[in-house]
Amino acid sequence: MDLDSGTSSTVGARVQAIPGRPAQHGALYQFKQQNLPACKPVLTPATVIATFLLMGFIFIPLGLITLRASNSVVEIVDRYDIECIPEELRSNKLLYITDDSISKNCSRFLKVPKSMRAPIYIYYQLDNYYQNHRRYVKSRNDKQLLHGLGDNSTSSCIPLESSGDLPIVPCGLIAWSVFNDTFKFSSGSSELKVNRKNIAWKSDRNHKFGKDVYPFNFQNGPLIGGGKLDPNTPLSDQEDLIVWMRTAALPSFRKLYGRIEEDLDADDVIVVQLMNNYNAYSFGGKKKLVLSTSSWLGGKNDFFGVASLFIGTFCMLISIVFLLLHVKNPRPYGDAMYTSWNKKSSSS
Amino acid sequence: MKRYVYINDDESAHDLYCDNRISNRKYTVLNFIPKNLWEQFSRFMNQYFLLIACLQLWSLITPVNPASTWGPLIFIFAVSATKEAWDDYHRYLSDKKANEKEVWVVRNGIKKLIQAQDIHVGNIVWLRENDEVPCDLVLIGSSDPQGLCYIETAAMDGETDLKTRVIPSACMGIDVELLHKIKGVIECPTPNKDIRRFDANMRLFPPFIDNDICPLTIKNTVLQSCYLRNTEWACGVAVYTGNETKLGMSRGIPEPKLTAMDAMIDKLTGAIFVFQIVVVMVLGIAGNVWKDTEAKKQWYVLYPDKGPWYELLIIPLRFELLCSIMIPISIKVSLDLVKGLYAKFIDWDHRMVDLETSTPSNATNTAISEDLGQVEYILTDKTGTLTENKMIFRRCCISGIFYGNENGDALKDVELLHAVSSGSPDVVQFLTIMAICNTVIPTQSKTGDILYKAQSQDEDALVQAAAHLHMVFFNKSGNILEVKFNSSILQYEVLETLEFTSDRKRMSLVLRDCQNGKILLLSKGADEAILPYARTGQQTRNFIEAVEQYAHLGLRTLCLAWRELREDEYREWSLMFKEANSTLVDREWRVAEVCQRIEHNLEVLGVTAIEDRLQDGVPETIETLRKAGINFWMLTGDKQNTAIQIALSCNFISPEPKGQLLSIDGKTEDEVRRSLERVLLTMRITTSEPKDVAFVIDGWALDFALNHYRKAFTELAILSRTAICCRVTPSQKAQLVQILKSCDYRTLAIGDGGNDVRMIQQADIGVGISGREGLQAARAADYSIGKFRFLKRLILVHGRYSYNRTAFLSQYSFYKSLLICFIQIFFSFISGVSGTSLFNSVSLMAYNVFYTSVPVLVSVLDKDLSEETVIQHPQILFYCQAGRLLNPSTFAGWFGRSLFHAVVVFLISIHAYAYDKSEMEEVSMVALSGCIWLQAFVVAMETNSFTILQHLAIWGNLAGFYAINWIFSALPASGMYTIMFRLCRQPSYWISIFLMTAAGMSPILAIKYFRYTYRPSKINTLQQAERLGGPIVSLGTIEPQPRPLIEKDVSTLSITQPKNRNPVYEPLLSDSPNATRRSSGTPFDFFQSQSRSSLPNYSRNCKDN
Repeated sequence: MDLDSGTSSTVGARVQAIPGRPAQHGALYQFKQQNLPACKPVLTPATVIATFLLMGFIFIPLGLITLRASNSVVEIVDRYDIECIPEELRSNKLLYITDDSISKNCSRFLKVPKSMRAPIYIYYQLDNYYQNHRRYVKSRNDKQLLHGLGDNSTSSCIPLESSGDLPIVPCGLIAWSVFNDTFKFSSGSSELKVNRKNIAWKSDRNHKFGKDVYPFNFQNGPLIGGGKLDPNTPLSDQEDLIVWMRTAALPSFRKLYGRIEEDLDADDVIVVQLMNNYNAYSFGGKKKLVLSTSSWLGGKNDFFGVASLFIGTFCMLISIVFLLLHVKNPRPYGDAMYTSWNKKSSSS
Repeated sequence: MKRYVYINDDESAHDLYCDNRISNRKYTVLNFIPKNLWEQFSRFMNQYFLLIACLQLWSLITPVNPASTWGPLIFIFAVSATKEAWDDYHRYLSDKKANEKEVWVVRNGIKKLIQAQDIHVGNIVWLRENDEVPCDLVLIGSSDPQGLCYIETAAMDGETDLKTRVIPSACMGIDVELLHKIKGVIECPTPNKDIRRFDANMRLFPPFIDNDICPLTIKNTVLQSCYLRNTEWACGVAVYTGNETKLGMSRGIPEPKLTAMDAMIDKLTGAIFVFQIVVVMVLGIAGNVWKDTEAKKQWYVLYPDKGPWYELLIIPLRFELLCSIMIPISIKVSLDLVKGLYAKFIDWDHRMVDLETSTPSNATNTAISEDLGQVEYILTDKTGTLTENKMIFRRCCISGIFYGNENGDALKDVELLHAVSSGSPDVVQFLTIMAICNTVIPTQSKTGDILYKAQSQDEDALVQAAAHLHMVFFNKSGNILEVKFNSSILQYEVLETLEFTSDRKRMSLVLRDCQNGKILLLSKGADEAILPYARTGQQTRNFIEAVEQYAHLGLRTLCLAWRELREDEYREWSLMFKEANSTLVDREWRVAEVCQRIEHNLEVLGVTAIEDRLQDGVPETIETLRKAGINFWMLTGDKQNTAIQIALSCNFISPEPKGQLLSIDGKTEDEVRRSLERVLLTMRITTSEPKDVAFVIDGWALDFALNHYRKAFTELAILSRTAICCRVTPSQKAQLVQILKSCDYRTLAIGDGGNDVRMIQQADIGVGISGREGLQAARAADYSIGKFRFLKRLILVHGRYSYNRTAFLSQYSFYKSLLICFIQIFFSFISGVSGTSLFNSVSLMAYNVFYTSVPVLVSVLDKDLSEETVIQHPQILFYCQAGRLLNPSTFAGWFGRSLFHAVVVFLISIHAYAYDKSEMEEVSMVALSGCIWLQAFVVAMETNSFTILQHLAIWGNLAGFYAINWIFSALPASGMYTIMFRLCRQPSYWISIFLMTAAGMSPILAIKYFRYTYRPSKINTLQQAERLGGPIVSLGTIEPQPRPLIEKDVSTLSITQPKNRNPVYEPLLSDSPNATRRSSGTPFDFFQSQSRSSLPNYSRNCKDN
């Protein structure tokens, strides 16, 4: 073994490139060497303060705009479930609602606070109604809604899957409990035209509910839930059902009933003739009738405005606090930091 | 228990003992699936997922499609099973290679070539020169007339010098032909792993010898994996075979290693599990109460009056399933994936390629990269690990003249060359001693080159050097040595050899100069063994200086001396020597005494200095890693002096007065105990002083310390940052690792030889150097690197990044799962506590699998600090060691963040989408979009360096989210038909998203900025410095530390460091194991104090995190 040449050859080898070593550039090489060019953002006071300031400047105007939009919406909310019960039956609401012999007719008078421009949306609102209950949400069969009896596996509709031998069409709790209060509107002497077409999503009408599926055995069972359906109308035209079957995520929800397609002036009085059929009494629910115009943001909802203003103000405050901190207590970055390993020892 | 081996008995014994098949396999084809499944299911997390998956098969309670759990689960299991199978197959292949190697074995009296696996106990195995020994053999014959043979045991104990083995006296002189027919019995112990003992007896059957029992020792054996060297042939009887050989017994099955981080993640998972159970119980009870009070009134839900008997369980189980995503199934996949990538980064790293041999680094174990960042103790082998294991003659001092001082290489020193050519008598005599005063055997290769076979590398180096200086030792035939000097051939006749022993520390040769018939005594040895015996009147001051100077440079020194003997003096002494050599009692001592009588009055010629060159960058590496708070122990099979010398030269220990080296020694138990106690006492006192205290212990004393005074030794181990253990056996090395592990330290063992294998397997992390002693260590190790200096990069760069990345990744995985889970929980409060899932199956599965997993995976490219900065400021590793980036307090931060974000998302979505917009699918998608946006910004905010891939992953993932959902919205059959198109057209959707992002991120940004600026951690400070071009960066361009610094003065830094770091890292170190342990008195109370102190510390930490 020649030691001397051994050592010198090692020196030599170090200078030379290794054979077979791949090119030292190229994205793949850089990736393998964890050497991809990278940008390393730094949280400097300037950028951070500017960011917060900018957010403030965005959110405060945004809040004002959305508040304005929300305020431009005119909304009439009328809770009718209590008022519609005759005085003498108020102590026993359940009797009132379950007894078919008692007339469910009821009139409400709504005063229009501001002029409302068409279209005016009519919603019914239910409070404390859990359309999102697990047992309820699951109890439907989308295939049956679209294809009718062709699809017989209605086990998901438990506990209302069949009546007799045949599956109920449409099966399940949701359909069974369809809302069935009705409203008629008149202003002064003339009846207000309510458009009840196109209240459901077009996509639902066309693709989710069958055109040749008829609710032939609906609400025939011993248990009567909500409304009945016209057995001669295909499901795709049963728009109230379609609306109802878009379950709400919250226990308070509004569902579209129809549209009034004429303007209403301020101080008009609208008379609502309603049939108070739906049982919201047994579980302490509330039923409300809502008339509302709409803005680019949708219905009346102050939340956007308030939240934006809050966040905007918060960001402004933060940026001011940081600015003050920075002015009062400037910290040069990376300042002779190597003092820190040793010098700081005395301070900390 | 005894084993009786019948030599050359073809029939018996076959069934009694195993054959020579080596098996390292874990599985067989049959037991693979059950065993592998069993192993996988022994992990808590897997059991949990299996339970959840099974529960989901029950449609009454499942909120989502069971495929969303089964799919990933089966995938995960398949992946890890495949990996195991692949590894096992490779083990099988390498076993097969060893098993099918062909060896000569006597069968039915005839030598046959058979496969190694067919060797049976009792077979006679023939070995040729350079053969590997296939199993443990008792020698019965050798080509050497004296019955000697030489073996190399590097694979076993890492010592590269040749060892002599001798055939037992009973077999002495048996004819080669008769060896085939030899019969007899060997009585030996049952297989064990002690490679230093073999207490057996042999009795040969007639006609060979009468019934005398011949005792056998380890000297009569050659063990599996050794190599036969310098011996034409040897043969022996197989006594232990297969996995029962001494090597096989000591191999042990490596346990799968679990990183500290995995343990922490498991712990956090456990905590989350408990939390989940609590949530489930609370919600379950609430749900049942709500059902009984409210839901019964709600006619539209149509609850039956009487449910099935398990009715009470349904709601809790539903919540269990709903909350099961709290423990993300994706974390295991993600972690496996990124760990694989960490390993690949190590493999790919060109800065860790050994340029000399073109060996890249290799991560065999892909699962433990994070542990590298948490190493607290490094246990290193010396030879071949710290040093190159190449001895090179560097300098010499002849008669007071120093050669090689200018250029560091005496062979190139013009003055020396000149002195040689001019034939200066002192120099010539010096060279002669270098060339022949040894036990080296020169052999001529076919090409005419002279090869030297030396037992010691030092002798080899000296002979080589002499040959370079034209004193070529070229032939040794019998007692005649032939040396060629400048074309003239000189002959010497060896009269006596006074062998080297570790007590005498010198060896001498008495020889007759055939040219003039003079009798000469040539000696070489350690300075303390030569200089005191110098001729009266000779000034040895020069030599002492030379020795000191050389030792200071870390060179191994030998003094050379000679004198002429008078004929009568020699005769007289020769008789005594012969007599001493034939004594039976105390022979070694007697011989030494006789040698002493002649080795005096020497003419000291000079000093040689041999370098066992330290590998490049070893002192710097040790220094840097020291600064990073890592403690070093050196475990070596080498002599104490050499070990200390190397330790000094590589900054391992500091010389006096800065450092202090305490020695634990003693021949008896009592001496060791006293010594240990003394050292312990000193340690306790000096820990407060800024002194680099280390202790040195040898294998003998260590044996007592480990077996009888374990407690005291453990305390010592805790107190001492540095230790040198010499003459330790492989199993002692492993025991030392065990001791440190038992104190909960993260240990890394690094070595290059077969003797390090056990330590490597035992340690939390095993690193093998693929060096000159073969690849055995590298194969057993978790990581193999080409050079010691790569350890710096392995730990500081790869280990640290891996730790940081996994810390982020794992906590983030919990964050995102908790986020969506909290939203589900909140939603259950407004859905009658009935266990409705707000999100649909597709979204839930995609959320875990795509939306949130992809962006975070690119965090494997994240670098909080550049590599250069980390290497310049290794102290930053403290953050990893102390586990400051992943601990209950940081986790609590992430937990809080997910709770906060869930509140933000939930409140904004239900308020923005109230009343007429409260359609279930829409609200669900708004909330989901909010989560996706928030998580994108969270990843972005936690990313320290954006490469193109990060941008792609984070923002591309957002785009992907919309793309996927648009696709689903375009399918009429899907539940969310048209939903996403609807939403994207609504200004309120975008405003909601905007609000969620702003409300979710601005407090986090504010807190982060505040901490970063006003309560910066050291990492932050370095980041600021690095990115804004602070003073460090300008300094930092000097990459490795300037060379002069490495000299002895540097040690001051490492010494003062412990003093400094305590105050600097007060909060940090209090939960770092070092600090707590160091401060506590006895070794066993810190376990409690550690656990007690850990909780308050974590809360303190969160300020800094």
